[in-house]
Amino acid sequence: MAIDYSSLIPNNVNLSDNRRLQRALEDWQPKFLDWWSDMGPAGFQAREAYLRTAISVDSQGWAQFGYVKMPDYRWGIFLAEPEADRKVNFGDHKGEAAWQEVPGEYRGVLRRLIVTQGDTEPASVEQQRLLGQTCPSLYDLRNLFQVNVEEGRHLWAMVYLLDAYFGRDGREEAEALLQRRSGDDDKPRILGAFNEKTPDWLSFYMFTFFTDRDGKFQLASLAESGFDPLSRTCRFMLTEEAHHMFVGETGVGRVIQRTCEIMRDFKTDDVRKHGAIDLPTLQKYLNFHFSVSVDLFGSEISTNAANYYTMGIKGRFDETRIGDDHKLTDAAYKVLEIDGDGFREKEEAALTALNERLRDDYVADCARGVMRWNQIIKRHGIDFELKLPHRAFHRQIGQFSELRVDPNGRIIGQAEWDAKHHEWLPTDEDRLYVISLMKPVTEPGKFASWVAPPARGINNQPVDFEYVRA
Amino acid sequence: MAEHQTNGASHPVDFRTEPSQYKHWKLSFDGAVATLAMDVKEDGGLRPGYELKLNSYDLGVDIELHDAIQRLRFEHPEIRSVVLTSGKERIFCAGANIRMLNQSAHGWKVNFCKFTNETRNGIEDATNESKQTYIAAVNGPCAGGGYELALAADYILMADDGNTSVSLPEVPLLAVLPGTGGLTRLVDKRMVRRDRADFFCTIEEGIKGKRAVDWRLVDEVVPRTRLNEVVRERAQEMAAKSDRPADAKGIALSKLERRIEGDRVAYSHVEARIDRAKGIAEITVHGPKVAPPATAEAIQAQGDQFWSLAFARELDDLILHLRTNEETVGMWVFRSEGNADLVAAYDAALEQHKAHWLVREIRLFLKRVFKRVDVSSRSIFALIEPGSCFTGTLLELVVASDRSYMLDGRMDGDNRPPATIRMTPMNFGAYPMGNGLSRIASRNLDNPSQVEVIKQQIGNDLDAAAADEAGLVTFTPDDIDWEDEVRIAIEERAAFSPDALTGMEASLRFGGPETMETKIFGRLTAWQNWIFQRPNAVGDQGALKLYGTGQRAAYDRKRV
Repeated sequence: MAIDYSSLIPNNVNLSDNRRLQRALEDWQPKFLDWWSDMGPAGFQAREAYLRTAISVDSQGWAQFGYVKMPDYRWGIFLAEPEADRKVNFGDHKGEAAWQEVPGEYRGVLRRLIVTQGDTEPASVEQQRLLGQTCPSLYDLRNLFQVNVEEGRHLWAMVYLLDAYFGRDGREEAEALLQRRSGDDDKPRILGAFNEKTPDWLSFYMFTFFTDRDGKFQLASLAESGFDPLSRTCRFMLTEEAHHMFVGETGVGRVIQRTCEIMRDFKTDDVRKHGAIDLPTLQKYLNFHFSVSVDLFGSEISTNAANYYTMGIKGRFDETRIGDDHKLTDAAYKVLEIDGDGFREKEEAALTALNERLRDDYVADCARGVMRWNQIIKRHGIDFELKLPHRAFHRQIGQFSELRVDPNGRIIGQAEWDAKHHEWLPTDEDRLYVISLMKPVTEPGKFASWVAPPARGINNQPVDFEYVRA
Repeated sequence: MAEHQTNGASHPVDFRTEPSQYKHWKLSFDGAVATLAMDVKEDGGLRPGYELKLNSYDLGVDIELHDAIQRLRFEHPEIRSVVLTSGKERIFCAGANIRMLNQSAHGWKVNFCKFTNETRNGIEDATNESKQTYIAAVNGPCAGGGYELALAADYILMADDGNTSVSLPEVPLLAVLPGTGGLTRLVDKRMVRRDRADFFCTIEEGIKGKRAVDWRLVDEVVPRTRLNEVVRERAQEMAAKSDRPADAKGIALSKLERRIEGDRVAYSHVEARIDRAKGIAEITVHGPKVAPPATAEAIQAQGDQFWSLAFARELDDLILHLRTNEETVGMWVFRSEGNADLVAAYDAALEQHKAHWLVREIRLFLKRVFKRVDVSSRSIFALIEPGSCFTGTLLELVVASDRSYMLDGRMDGDNRPPATIRMTPMNFGAYPMGNGLSRIASRNLDNPSQVEVIKQQIGNDLDAAAADEAGLVTFTPDDIDWEDEVRIAIEERAAFSPDALTGMEASLRFGGPETMETKIFGRLTAWQNWIFQRPNAVGDQGALKLYGTGQRAAYDRKRV
């Protein structure tokens, strides 16, 4: 059967001429659709959503808006335009021509990295699968679906790399990406945070702000890769990832906005009475999601991270803009470490401290977002500041995982933790309250009580546009 | 960077431990099934300078494992199968700790590998001979030495969760070998096809799921949530096949009494005097002072004080102590003192009650102790003089030695009778070497039927001439030649290159057939120890040296 690949699967990788890739995708695509119908947004597969589809990578094509049923979404394969004469920009191979094929020596390592990144994409779709049923507005529902289909596309992007460059093992891994399930005891997703539940929309906003931002930094450092197809793939994914963080930042911002309006209008801190979410509870959600997300960067001192760098496979954030030798064999980097009953910075070999460096970049980026949230609070004349907790707070991975630390970075004992953690992390009661607010609002232009409308709609459409229709 | 060279000199390693002191293992019991769960304490390393992350191990971890295996055999006759698993959630075992290997002196690495090899052989011995069957429950990634540990088990179950795999990444990652039996067990024990084994040993990430079963790398994969249940089922099935007694009570292995006083290491039946200047340990074993108990029950009542067992434990500990803590003492000279009839009586008891579970364990333990002697990288001589009691079990020390000297007659002024040696049935099969043969058979490879002839002399006291005739001793100087001959032989030995001697002795000790064990201690270990010295592994640009720095190894591409 002749398949018109370019219309079925929009791409800029010459799919119609690539038999190996065709063969792999012929097998994989139906399995992907099965997975989507099992694990994609529950209850909305027949509805039409106003979604952005990428049909090419230029400024005209990367954001085509229109109504589409999600199972008909055209998941495409796009790589950023090639950079002429691109080189490996760091590590042992610095200065050599970037690789257009996988170097045999690094095949296993590259595959593992791609699988780990790829595994997060379907995982988040699974985590968010039930959220549609409690959407606070059609606008939000559409944003959720946009995030979901794009995570699906990111899965496609990683599967493209596996199928096109890694032979039989790559095809097996591509299939395994569809077999693992978020939170499943037998076949869990690879990374811990991607097996957590996303039970409500506040968690969803927090997740897209904090956890998708980890994705941004991971993708950015893979975009520096000497393996050119990976670099180009990740560069294009980053343009889409920006929307996910937009959903997170504006989502939390709109919750804050709503809370502050009520505090101002009713001159009260007890906003729960008015069906909004109080700022201390928001701080607890922030604490939780930040701490789970910083774990994703791995151990402070990591041989793997060092190896990836030396191999030229995974660079630093903004690698080419950093003014050093891009080899780091003798360089040092300051890493926060436990020192008696406190913390201090200690110089470590820069190579093995690369995870921590990326985490530093991430924390700084998060802090900018939190600052913008605080401006909303300030505009309402309210004396309250959201804060990122100390990075040693509530950790499961790395040197701090054995400590109990309060959000201000004070090392405490188990007894104090037991007595106070409910002040720092969402309690069952907090979660039940937030979940109690999750009632679907599906009339165009209407919004749930706990979240303010956005400043503007999508693609210049009005806020009351019918973003999802029957 | 300052280098802590890990070796035995500064702080002696003590091999004596017991479960209440374990830092790294949890031992639990459920009916006929025991579970030995590895839960390595990161900051519990034997030496400073490395953290035992991801259930990686050092000698300290393996000492506990060895102790646990030993106690399961002696203290728990009711245990018929043992589940070897990880107490951590996300990892089975990452193998030997690389930073530890990296900072260790060559000799430490070699000795560490030898002990871990012996311990894994001990697991197989427990399965095959004590009918305490080991099952590995691989509940997380299982790499390098971790997989080699699982390979020692009789049956390997693995979680099928898309993440758990078995791997031998030494070649691609570290430029060394899976040297704790891994390569050998793949093809010789699990009969993995050589081309598949070749592929498997070159991929860092290992093999998981169905392919691991298809390639015989594991026996069974099960969903993670069913792993415990299936492990239990298998353990019960294995237990049902065991002949261990259901109602017997174990004996306690109490802490060995050992005194280290200057250059003397003394136990109740074994003592060593160390001459550091000459690099010699003179080891004297003392025969029993009283007759053995008449019944197996009475032997059990004596427990670890029963002479044969006490002697085995003491000699075992001494060997481990000398190997690890006395690296420059390159020569061990065995002597014995005591009453041959009493030694023979203990041998008779071991033979008469060999169906009793405890007696079987004691025989097996003695076998393993003598095997330790065989693979020790020390020159070993035995001196047979008046007053000695090299009979049966103790005669094994003579035939295990690289050379033996028996005084013909007696020294001037000594009115004790001339030395004799005596064989018992124990010399013909109870204590096979790694090559599967008795030490006497190993001495008669030119004429195997001679063994039957020699056997006719069981029970006879053989004087020097008869011992020489039977081929049991090397030289039989008389009183005039004795002192010079012995002194010169020992002094000459001490002057040779220790490396050349180690290689020579290891090559000459194991004539006859190859077995998995001889391949592990011979081929695999020799290759590994060569590679451990090569710049591609341990040079400044070597992979083992650079591991953990993120820098890439630069190999000398010349094939040697």
